[in-house]
Amino acid sequence: MDILNQLKSKFSEYVIETHSQCGDATLVIKKEGVIPLFSYLKTSPELDFNFLMDLTAVDYLGREGSRFEVVYHLYSLSKNHCLRVKVDVGEEDSSLDSVSSLWPAANWYEREVWDMFGIKFKGHPDLKRILMYEEFQGHPLRKDYPVNRRQPLVKPVPMN
Amino acid sequence: MKMLESATGFFTSRLQDAIGWARKYSIFQYPFVTACCGMEYMATAASHYDMDRFGAGLVRFSPRQSDVLFVVGTISQKMAPILKKIYDQICEPKWVVAFGVCTCTGGFYDNYATVMGIDTIIPVDVYIPGCPPRPENVLDGLMKLQEKIQRQKQEV
Repeated sequence: MDILNQLKSKFSEYVIETHSQCGDATLVIKKEGVIPLFSYLKTSPELDFNFLMDLTAVDYLGREGSRFEVVYHLYSLSKNHCLRVKVDVGEEDSSLDSVSSLWPAANWYEREVWDMFGIKFKGHPDLKRILMYEEFQGHPLRKDYPVNRRQPLVKPVPMN
Repeated sequence: MKMLESATGFFTSRLQDAIGWARKYSIFQYPFVTACCGMEYMATAASHYDMDRFGAGLVRFSPRQSDVLFVVGTISQKMAPILKKIYDQICEPKWVVAFGVCTCTGGFYDNYATVMGIDTIIPVDVYIPGCPPRPENVLDGLMKLQEKIQRQKQEV
């Protein structure tokens, strides 16, 4: 809780809201704050978040405000505390800064988020699809991807 | 003349039977294992259930040296071209066994990533359903394949 208050006062221009229920300290921020906030979380000796546990995204299609939310789960091995950071990302400019320079683990996570949700990460060394094939059109975990749309690489053999 | 014809017919059919018999007991498998069904496949191949009793004990990991393609596990759209290439590389005569529901029909996957049954890409001889199939079920499928090999016209 004190981590949240500390971060809230330090990064007040970026923080949209915070909440904490049963120990899941969560910080919701604007995407402009990605680099300053995450560099602080990584390098600050008293926080020392040296482990990026997870990086994923959520598509809130039809929601008021921004459509996507990129979610970071951080953990500190030395201090044994964790933090969840959610970053609001709008539909029209669905891009935000990459954190792969801070945590190398973010490299493949960000590729996955790009592949599945079509969110771009600026400054990523090699942002290409990781799960789907290059010929695949669209991003399958977006809520407006048609549920029945199939894009086979090998065309089905016609029955005769 | 008539006797000669029936005699050659007799020998040809015996030759067909002999080749079929030889082929059905010398199955060289190529296990195309992609998912969890592989565990059940290994259980069947190991000594307890012992696939070697049916002459299918020698597993080859080159399509050039094998004649039965065991497709074991879910095939994704990304994997489909590789499966097709492996199938094309196997020399005739060749057979394909679809192991588990994912290869038979796509199973419970009905999404953008999964091939809805490998028979949409390559011809299949024997379907072994189950998620995963029991080893007894696999052996039953293998015996069905042997019957099929024995019955069919033997191209030499």
